[in-house]
Amino acid sequence: MSWRNQTRMRAGVVAGLALLAAAFFTVALWTGRAVHADERDSSSDVLDYASPLEVLLSPDGARLYVLCQQSEEVRVLDGASYAAIKNIAVGRVPRGFSLSPDGARLFVTNSWDDTLSVIDTSALAVVATWPVGAEPSSVVEDRAGKRLFVANRISNDVAVLDAQTGVEEKRLLAGRGSSYLALSPDGSKLYATHVYPNPSPHRTAPESEITVIDAARAVVADRIPLHAIAGVFHVAFSADGRLGVVAEYHPKNLVPLAHLEHGGAFEDTITVFGADVGKTVEVPLDELERYASQPFGVAIAPDKSRIYVTSGGSEMVTVVDVRRLLRFIHTHPGPFVQDLSASANYVVTRIAVGHNPRGLTLTRDGRRLFVANRLEDTISVIDTRTNRVVSTIALAGPKKISVLRHGEQTFYSARYSFQGQIGCATCHIDSTFDGIQWNLEPDGFGRSIVDNKLLEGVKDTEPYKWTGTNPDIPTECGPRTEKYFWRSEQYDNLTLADLAVYIRSLPPRPNRWRLANGELTPAQERGKAIFERAVDKFKKPIPEYNRCSYCHSGPKGTSQKIFEVGTRKPTDNTGLLKAPPLTNIALTAPYLHDGSARTLEEIWTVYNPDDRHGRTNDLTKDELNDLIEYLRTR
Amino acid sequence: MKKFALKTLWMSAMLLAAAPLAFAAPPEMPRYRFENFTTANGLPDNHVFAVLVDGDRIWAGTENGLAVYENHEWKTYTTKDGLAHRAVLSLALDKNTGDVWAGTMAGLSRISGGRIDTYTQLNSGLSNDVVYGVSVEGENVWAATAAGGCRFDLRTGQWSLYNERNTPMVEIWTYAVSATPTKVYYGVWGSGVLEYDQKTGRWDKYDDPDGENEMVLFKDQGLIHEIVTSVSYVDNILWAATYFGDSRYDGRYWHNFLTKDSGLPSNFTNFVKGVDAKRAWFCTDKGLAYYDGVSWAVYRPSLKDGKPEMTVRDAEGNVTPVAVTTAPAHNYVLGIDFQGDDIWLATAKGLSHGIRQQQ
Repeated sequence: MSWRNQTRMRAGVVAGLALLAAAFFTVALWTGRAVHADERDSSSDVLDYASPLEVLLSPDGARLYVLCQQSEEVRVLDGASYAAIKNIAVGRVPRGFSLSPDGARLFVTNSWDDTLSVIDTSALAVVATWPVGAEPSSVVEDRAGKRLFVANRISNDVAVLDAQTGVEEKRLLAGRGSSYLALSPDGSKLYATHVYPNPSPHRTAPESEITVIDAARAVVADRIPLHAIAGVFHVAFSADGRLGVVAEYHPKNLVPLAHLEHGGAFEDTITVFGADVGKTVEVPLDELERYASQPFGVAIAPDKSRIYVTSGGSEMVTVVDVRRLLRFIHTHPGPFVQDLSASANYVVTRIAVGHNPRGLTLTRDGRRLFVANRLEDTISVIDTRTNRVVSTIALAGPKKISVLRHGEQTFYSARYSFQGQIGCATCHIDSTFDGIQWNLEPDGFGRSIVDNKLLEGVKDTEPYKWTGTNPDIPTECGPRTEKYFWRSEQYDNLTLADLAVYIRSLPPRPNRWRLANGELTPAQERGKAIFERAVDKFKKPIPEYNRCSYCHSGPKGTSQKIFEVGTRKPTDNTGLLKAPPLTNIALTAPYLHDGSARTLEEIWTVYNPDDRHGRTNDLTKDELNDLIEYLRTR
Repeated sequence: MKKFALKTLWMSAMLLAAAPLAFAAPPEMPRYRFENFTTANGLPDNHVFAVLVDGDRIWAGTENGLAVYENHEWKTYTTKDGLAHRAVLSLALDKNTGDVWAGTMAGLSRISGGRIDTYTQLNSGLSNDVVYGVSVEGENVWAATAAGGCRFDLRTGQWSLYNERNTPMVEIWTYAVSATPTKVYYGVWGSGVLEYDQKTGRWDKYDDPDGENEMVLFKDQGLIHEIVTSVSYVDNILWAATYFGDSRYDGRYWHNFLTKDSGLPSNFTNFVKGVDAKRAWFCTDKGLAYYDGVSWAVYRPSLKDGKPEMTVRDAEGNVTPVAVTTAPAHNYVLGIDFQGDDIWLATAKGLSHGIRQQQ
């Protein structure tokens, strides 16, 4: 039974505990310290954590809504006392939520069951559950209350729904991994970001965009390019609509990821845009020894004096002085992104908060900032005049830190790397992948470019690395990672063990290409026959090593053996590669070990001239399409 | 004096009364003032293969890029912007999303909010890189390629190919596609018209009735010729263009058009676009023709001297010239689209905007 299923089984218990705890809620100061092994519950039990991901205030500030991803509920707290009012169960793995403009309805995107929960905020009950696109990640209603816009991460689009009936009107092409939305203050434009880079030629800088949607016409009006950005998260606007900001990752993947101490692997940045800026400008949040790893949530103070950015890996909130930022931008030629001294010109302070801070929201007067600490089950309350955490709301739930939670905290935290620059989750966004290719030091500078791999379902698919040279996860994630990625040696044995347990626990997301009844479509059936065939179209036997089903055997699509499939490039040290799992293969473009195949089709139309990567050159185009249709079901 | 004046008045009245008998006025057909665009005023190339009206924007598929005219300015997308190929052969608008699909000589491109995504036979399930026709219906994009037809399901990402293995297609050189929620029609070079019923998922074929010749032997016996260049399905009527005349099909009866028995200026027809069940526009190598169900009008630069020319042919076959001062950029017309009462034309020597004139 997966840990998520176990979690669901315990939902009733959680709800009971939560109600009980509501009477004894606590508000405690958080000390900002690391989790130590002695606080860790050594049992491997799956504990029912809340994992608050996003936080919202009702328009009158009377209620604080907390979206809890692991307990799969919205927790409603009193906006003043923070007392628990009610827990509302929603769908699987909720990822985003927003209020209707009048605050009467709360919309929740349930990313694993592809639904939208509609909560009546008077009754505090789910009044409708609507089907939406693949992996809905955030939702916004237009000012007129006519349309809902839903960002779907897997289908890479923004769906447009009737706000009253939930009937889908259309889907608009957005960036790859479409995830976060914000409406401009005048309601005329919707801005959408995406967490994976758009397709671009091999070994070129990643390209991302802010998709600008005309809210009235529900069509894409513009796309603001974000060059060299891979991973764009929340977007926010100033009240006057003249300043927009997005939180993002700026990977440096075209140079060897060699020495964090020599410039790092990522810049953690924001891009500001709008009339105040005049153009799109990317500015770093980092400074030497103070990195803002994994920027995620953004908010702009009502008086436009400050920008607040959460950094999930650095466990802090960066406070930017807007006036100083604009002056810096207007008086310096830029670009600034590589300049670790730049942020000193506009970063006011960095406020330590809890583990993996994500969503944040301001009170209407801007005096209080609430930050959801996902891996600590707390909400930090920050006084924006003093920039101090004045209280920490502890959500009801387990207080012990389980093996899994400790492993997950380790996965997301940047504290183990040199100067706290990166964590596992920097490249494995939300424990998945990042869609880009890296040149890692162990293989030699300029040698063996590798595509970042999906982690979900990775359990029991050893050996690891593309070349299969790491026998297990502790080897993959332990000394090797410490030496070549973190440039430090900070994992103790327990921490490494917990990290490995967490990574092994990651289940595959539901496959969106399989029919609900488990059957295959005719095209998928035909493709399955091709996948499993032992004889080619000319009646010639296909050698075992040249059959799809031999190398990609088993439930996860890997025989866990090493093969040479003719994909070695001049810069590769070896052509021997482990057959990679096929888990959710449709999501993980580009393909091949170095990411040179932009699509599944290119694996065979471009990179298999000699039939070494399976016997495929006897197939017609129709048959290759069928094979791909089947692969998408894996 | 007074007597003379009365006599003159009486004779004038008689002449006016008799005039319609002697000189029957031609039928009222739409008149246009043509404004033409060439490389001289912003078009990237004078060879325009396709034109598409998208509200106030006009898209022109040229031999040297995809041009869009908006706010009196041209902007051109090229391969540097991600366009599949410089030569854009066909265009279609997704009215739901506003995305434009461009069939080119080397793939199919989607233009969405200024971003271009390109699908080729190597990087996707597209059947062939030469995309002669494209049409959007709901969440399906249908393409006519040099190696059969295909459907791209925007919801699932699935490509379905249609060729000699799963349709009655004899030749796989599909030249045009017209997709609607009920029927999808393919114009196939040498294989007539293919019909796909969206409800049943079945294919049917219309080609040479006797199976021995490429053309009908008797008028209105069937599709006029197997070399079909264009199809247009509107109001349950199929309009089909070939290089040897044109056809109209209502699901039961065919009606064929040739120069010898209609107002077509040429049997060599590049493109047809139905307005409704009765009316259609025919783009030929010898000018643009409009058929209103009874009469015909032809618009072109004169084939003799290049001067603007418009003629009207009535039901009896009487052809009357109409005095005009402008004409399409060229008599070799490859495409047409409508912008309200106005028309836009793709021609071999420029793009033309026909501005409807009050009559």
